[in-house]
Amino acid sequence: MLDKNGIAKRIAKELKDGYYVNLGIGIPTLVANYIPEGISVTLQSENGLLGMGPFPFEGEEDPDLINAGKQTITTLPGSSIFDSALSFGMIRAGKVDLTILGAMEVSENGDIANWKIPGKMVKGMGGAMDLVASAKNIIVAMQHVNKAGESKLLPSCTLPLTGTNCVKKIVTELGVFDVLPEGGFKLLERAPGISVEQIKNSTAGKLIIEGDIPEMVL
Amino acid sequence: MNKVVANADEAVKDITDGATLMVGGFGLCGIPENSIAALVKKQVKNLTCISNNAGVDDFGLGLLLQQKQIKKMISSYVGENAEFERQLLSGELEVELIPQGTLATRCMAAGYGMPAIFTPAGVGTEVAIGKEVRNFNGKDYLMEYAFDADFAIVKAWKGDKHGNLIFRSTSRNFNPLMAMGGKITIAEVEELVQPGELDPDQIHTPGIYVHRIFQGKDYEKRIEQRTVRAKG
Repeated sequence: MLDKNGIAKRIAKELKDGYYVNLGIGIPTLVANYIPEGISVTLQSENGLLGMGPFPFEGEEDPDLINAGKQTITTLPGSSIFDSALSFGMIRAGKVDLTILGAMEVSENGDIANWKIPGKMVKGMGGAMDLVASAKNIIVAMQHVNKAGESKLLPSCTLPLTGTNCVKKIVTELGVFDVLPEGGFKLLERAPGISVEQIKNSTAGKLIIEGDIPEMVL
Repeated sequence: MNKVVANADEAVKDITDGATLMVGGFGLCGIPENSIAALVKKQVKNLTCISNNAGVDDFGLGLLLQQKQIKKMISSYVGENAEFERQLLSGELEVELIPQGTLATRCMAAGYGMPAIFTPAGVGTEVAIGKEVRNFNGKDYLMEYAFDADFAIVKAWKGDKHGNLIFRSTSRNFNPLMAMGGKITIAEVEELVQPGELDPDQIHTPGIYVHRIFQGKDYEKRIEQRTVRAKG
């Protein structure tokens, strides 16, 4: 089974040289720590920055320089800064190659819910609806089941949607899944020590298993 | 031309109960601290605030929420404010949550003289309820109207008496968009400089959009999430 860092590490293998990538809050942010050797990606932060650098050294924090998670960060040589309309303009125009974000639920046709639990939690969608409506490639990083032990990979979402038919891939602590255009979660890899049976038991949506499923290599 | 006013109190003096305000900033980054303090002092009520976030409990727009001066918030993300969540769940506060890019672009549209925009954000979700959907080249888009705000209140790094503004780093965020989107735009700046000191090529907001400008003071610039890495 993967921990949060393991999920991030596995997703980092999906990065390609030259990609512009938007990382959501939570596990997706950790992906930045595992960018493979020899690959250069540019991180987009939707509050208005391309080329997000690492956290500043203590004492060098700049309150005017934060990322979309409101964390203090740094720029890099080659960074650019712009307003929020331009930031979402480049997202809407499909210039960002890959969006990685968390989710509460994903359905077998690629719908995603991650912004609201009616009556309980009302934090808002932030930039997630814009991102999922326009991104060319969306990978979801999440736990396979919720705190109540219920599958988050569902036939259809029960929570208010963030976007429809948009998720392409999911990485959980149990495995890696493609969301097929015709519907269904196709199991690609098992997490270390996890059996196909365990994945079957934790997946409520249509699971597609073809042939032997390899254990992932991190 | 001189758009300079003495201070925040003078800048907000004609903001009255029931006004609709655009308030710049992302989180606590680039918020008009002086103007918000003046609105708290002025005790105006029933405000509608268009702002990406709602501040935190004891800073930013949270200060106006504490005093129950806000009737309605139009925001994209409000997760950092417990008092906000309490007022929302209890029904005291009206809230319209909209996608962040939609919020930014509706401000921009107001400043560009465009009545509406089309965006795919929110198609197929509850954000789309009651909105016109148009299909362009096989993809659905929602029609979203330009905002109509009585005042925009923004914070810039530098400005001159013509109202020209330059923003610093990611504190730019929504500020230039709201500056162009308000019927009356109030800008507070860290440094009020003489005309000619700002390079015309570097100006983010041309002064035509700005009606009042003042030298701000005592900026706290609170950091919401202080994240650092170890040296060496």
